[in-house]
Amino acid sequence: MSTLPTRKKPPRVGDNPIFRRTLIGIVLVLVAFVIVAPLIIIGVEAFSKGWVVYRDTIIHPDTLHAIGLTVLAALIAVPVNTAFGIAAAWAITKFDFWGKRFLLVVIEIPFSVSPIVAGVAYLFVYGLQGLFGPLLDAYDIKILFAVPGIIIASMFVTAPFVARELIPLMQAQGRDLEEAATSLGASGFRTFLSVTLPNVKWALLYGVILCNARVMGEFGAVSVVSGNIRGQTNTLPLHIELLYHDYQAAGAFASASILATIAVFTIIAKVLLERQGAGRVRKTANPAEKIA
Amino acid sequence: MKIRLENVVKTFENFRAVKDVSLDIESGELVALLGPSGSGKTTILRMVAGLEYADGGHIHFGDQDATDIPVRDRGVGFVFQHYALFPHMTVANNIAFGMKVSKVKRDRAAIEARVTDLLRLVRLEGLGDRFPAQISGGQRQRVALARALAVDPKVLLLDEPFGALDANVRRDLRRWLREIHSELGITTLFVTHDQEEALDLADRVVILKDGQIVQQGTPQEVCRDPQSAFVMKFLGDANVIAAEVRDGRAHVGDISVEAPGVVDGKAELYARPADLDWSAEGPGIAATISRVLDRPDGRRVLAVTAAGEQLEFNVEPERVVTAGEGGFVTLRRAKVFAV
Repeated sequence: MSTLPTRKKPPRVGDNPIFRRTLIGIVLVLVAFVIVAPLIIIGVEAFSKGWVVYRDTIIHPDTLHAIGLTVLAALIAVPVNTAFGIAAAWAITKFDFWGKRFLLVVIEIPFSVSPIVAGVAYLFVYGLQGLFGPLLDAYDIKILFAVPGIIIASMFVTAPFVARELIPLMQAQGRDLEEAATSLGASGFRTFLSVTLPNVKWALLYGVILCNARVMGEFGAVSVVSGNIRGQTNTLPLHIELLYHDYQAAGAFASASILATIAVFTIIAKVLLERQGAGRVRKTANPAEKIA
Repeated sequence: MKIRLENVVKTFENFRAVKDVSLDIESGELVALLGPSGSGKTTILRMVAGLEYADGGHIHFGDQDATDIPVRDRGVGFVFQHYALFPHMTVANNIAFGMKVSKVKRDRAAIEARVTDLLRLVRLEGLGDRFPAQISGGQRQRVALARALAVDPKVLLLDEPFGALDANVRRDLRRWLREIHSELGITTLFVTHDQEEALDLADRVVILKDGQIVQQGTPQEVCRDPQSAFVMKFLGDANVIAAEVRDGRAHVGDISVEAPGVVDGKAELYARPADLDWSAEGPGIAATISRVLDRPDGRRVLAVTAAGEQLEFNVEPERVVTAGEGGFVTLRRAKVFAV
């Protein structure tokens, strides 16, 4: 064995040990206090009064109803926003039309506006004293303080998710593939199904998952328009708040643990999808290197 | 299929991309649209394909007015600059796509047989199961061509077909495309900004500038008889020498060349590097050699005239010339254009 003289290597640019350790330390401390600790507390508190209380909270009719309502909101809002996102992304990236930039900005609004503002705005549009209030009342259509209001508010808040994932990707892909398919005789619908969709499917699924997570967790906008009627217009996040204000901490945490579980599965799905998406690229890139 | 463009106009926002272009392409002809970027050549090609619609004028395919026929029904094969192969489909599925979506139904076996034939035609036998990302650029280009040919197009259109390839592959593919064209005899129109590519490959070269045709003809016609200073400069290296035209001859110092049809007065004389020569004695244009560049096929001499004009010309490999040497540049032939 040859012994090379050990030489202290100068650090690479930006790789000062003190600097590096400080940064990593700050991040770890923040993650521990801001993200990990609350998650642990949810689990601990949910079971603080024992398994029976936990189970009773979950199978309580009000909780079950809240879960059902949340799932219903997701089942409607997510497909609608997916369709909207695809249509918006398609329109913005494949066509030129007047007001395109404006539309891009409008799509982003739900991200920049506080959800509670959206909720209040809906009050003024659909409420009894609102714009369409008298008209809706005349036909006995209830939107606010009822399920439709919850769904509309959820849709507003999550409108940008799918479009936001698709637009940059479709912009990068350009129109060549669609033009090629059309020049080969494919109809618009066929082009969409066999060319556009397969090339954006991972981004689309990713957007759908994020959209779903947000619909299920939405609190602000829904809390304004739902009216918080227990067993009727209470979604899971609203239910948690209600339980908490009723001094049923264990129940609140038990319900919260459901949302936390959904969140964890969302993240797992997201990671898996990212891997899938990346895997495709890697799979195809490797043999190409062999040839070249 | 014969193609005829009649006073075609295309405007993008406020920019006139194509101004009143009329062009006839004979059946079975291989025509190059040659021009610098922004000359409107790609726009013309896309209008022939139906990927853009003309704002004015007509495009005829044979006796049929195709101006308003959508691309889907126009029956053209289009090869995109970056190939636009479907990345999620194998090579074979890319080629089969047009047949699968066609209104004319074919059974699976017929499609497979045709794909095999086309793979053989483009010399990619055995690569049918690969994905586009797994083959080289030149192979992708051939898949794109096979895919376009699969739908039996009346017209083949290629947008900068060799633009993204390196020089050697490009030369091979050029010859190969020429062979395919003579084998299939399909009317072919391609766009390029590379004059060598246009001259090597096409039966006829159409030169465009600012959305208009400035000259068209066989490679021989446009090379031997450029009609304008633009065509002269665009087709290859050219030296520009200020001259004075009197009585049908252009005079530079004590030499002169014929300048038929050029009005008397100031003019510019254009000469290719091979049109000039070097001599120790006059008559000629007095100049001093500033540099000699040695190249595999000869020596390129850079010289500065007494008037300060930079000239470049070729001399035989054996010729002894050195930088700093004074002498005279002589003219074998030149073109004269009024300023």
